[in-house]
Amino acid sequence: MFMQLLANGLVTGSVIALAAAGVSIVYGILRLVNFAYGDYMTFGAFTAVYFNVTLELPIVIATLLAMLATALLSVAFELVLWRPLRARNAGFMSLFLVSVGLALVLRHVIYLVAGPQSRTYTVDPYKVYVIGSARLSGAQGIAIVVAAVGIVLVGILIARTGVGRMMRALADDLPLAAVAGVRTSRVILAAWIVSGLLAGLAGVLAGLVQTSFDPQLGFTLLLPIFAAVILGGIGNVYGALVGGLTLGLVMELSTWPELHGGVDPTYKPVVAFGALILVLLLRPQGLFGRARVV
Amino acid sequence: MSTIASFGFWSFVGIVAGIYTLFALGVQVQFGYAGLLNFGQVAFMGIGAYTMAILVVKEDLNMWLAAGCGIVLAILAALLLGLPTLRLRADYFAITTIAFSEILRYVATNEDRLTGGSQGTINLAGIGRASQYDGAWQSFLGKVERNLHVGSDAAMLILVWTVALLAVAAVTLLMRTPWGRVLKSIREDEDAATSLGKNVFLYKLQALALGAALGALAGVFYAWQFSFFSPDDFAPLITFFAWMIVILGGLGRAWTVPVGAVVFGVIFAGTRFFDFPPFSLLDSTERAYVRLIVIGLVIIGLMLFRPQGIFGSRKEMVLE
Repeated sequence: MFMQLLANGLVTGSVIALAAAGVSIVYGILRLVNFAYGDYMTFGAFTAVYFNVTLELPIVIATLLAMLATALLSVAFELVLWRPLRARNAGFMSLFLVSVGLALVLRHVIYLVAGPQSRTYTVDPYKVYVIGSARLSGAQGIAIVVAAVGIVLVGILIARTGVGRMMRALADDLPLAAVAGVRTSRVILAAWIVSGLLAGLAGVLAGLVQTSFDPQLGFTLLLPIFAAVILGGIGNVYGALVGGLTLGLVMELSTWPELHGGVDPTYKPVVAFGALILVLLLRPQGLFGRARVV
Repeated sequence: MSTIASFGFWSFVGIVAGIYTLFALGVQVQFGYAGLLNFGQVAFMGIGAYTMAILVVKEDLNMWLAAGCGIVLAILAALLLGLPTLRLRADYFAITTIAFSEILRYVATNEDRLTGGSQGTINLAGIGRASQYDGAWQSFLGKVERNLHVGSDAAMLILVWTVALLAVAAVTLLMRTPWGRVLKSIREDEDAATSLGKNVFLYKLQALALGAALGALAGVFYAWQFSFFSPDDFAPLITFFAWMIVILGGLGRAWTVPVGAVVFGVIFAGTRFFDFPPFSLLDSTERAYVRLIVIGLVIIGLMLFRPQGIFGSRKEMVLE
């Protein structure tokens, strides 16, 4: 039982971790709490449905295409929405409210185009991976491997590549980076591309893990994702990765019966929100943040 | 006759607008006057509606008393929420309030014995014992109809708007008192207010509680108007409707809230009954999607082109 919950927690956690990294990359640079991020994920998940179910492409190819599509969407909104808003010196509140509006528009356009019915990817439903005493479905197996690779790639991108260094420079001090000759608008675009790729990937993986999903997919994950971002220290990409994994584990392990009978599984989201509020009250700088940032 | 020309249609739009005036007035007090980013306003609406319905069905309490309890409980909840969280940074406070409203919605969905669970108030007295909480309200509404010689829609319209406009007037007057001026000074410059010896935290807490009371009042009317509700009626989306209304009218002025609410009412209720193209080409669920797309576009459009709202002046109050 414990091993099974641990495995489930890693699966849920790695999906949240990828999405949280995507939110955090953009927040770190633009101070934008992107409330539409969950719906970017839904967009990715539904694009993959089109490639995987309608066009009958293998799930891996469909996932890659969906990631590209979501990155394009992400760039498009930067060009038509976020950049003009920044040019008008829009503050935190305006940006947040625009992202709320964008979330409504995006989600209901998806509803309008794809319909409200549940969707499932074409993967072998009978394949089961057994690891010790834990059993993972084929979809869960794919999700955890892909997410692990994704997490490592994001870590390398941020720590080792030129573009990652420039992103960190912008997150640290945007005007200073601009003065030092960094082409900020290009780096911001790169951040949106990475954020979009991650949204697409996390969306598809969330869909795989849940086996069937509707256009609410991303939005229902949004608060746990925000919780992970804050847990890791808002704007800190590594923190978001660790925060996501921690949160996934906490959510799943809270249902462990040995733990005072465990929490009713329907209350898993409440555990995540409760954890979020606790972290904000006790350690608002996140698990790894420095106090002065807050 | 086309529905759009009928009284029933416009009175429905009007009733929805009146309820949302009360609801959004709470956000106006909290954000427009005090600068608090409360994104969990819908929780107070839910507390008002559920407390009233539960007390009427399970404790057989007088409906006015039950409604009063709903408002008091919402105020207590606001104090409980505000005490630890009002010291947080603005964006953290915003996310905490959404989480707060979602926690309450999950509790209402899962605690079947208290709330009737996901099926809503029909199961309040237990599954299969279809329960009603608005018997007393309907007979009161009947009395109003007979005394004023109007139909039930008109009676509801009159009652809701009387309360809503009284609340708008009360908030307007309140903001002209020294208390209201301190509140606005906190919105403009918190440190300045502190340096003048004002207890900023206490003022914020009071503004949060006042907004919560207005939200609960809206919840009680919501429950009476629709005779049935379920936890899904209190999704975070509803809070954003209030924000749209407040921004549409303009921040920091109570009288703009009814105007924003009427525009919202037309978008929200109106598109349900539009029976001419292109709306007639869509079925009712598709219209619901279009409605929410329109609301999203209005929010984005306002932020891009007129962040001060319809009546706001750019100099005095531009959204940060």
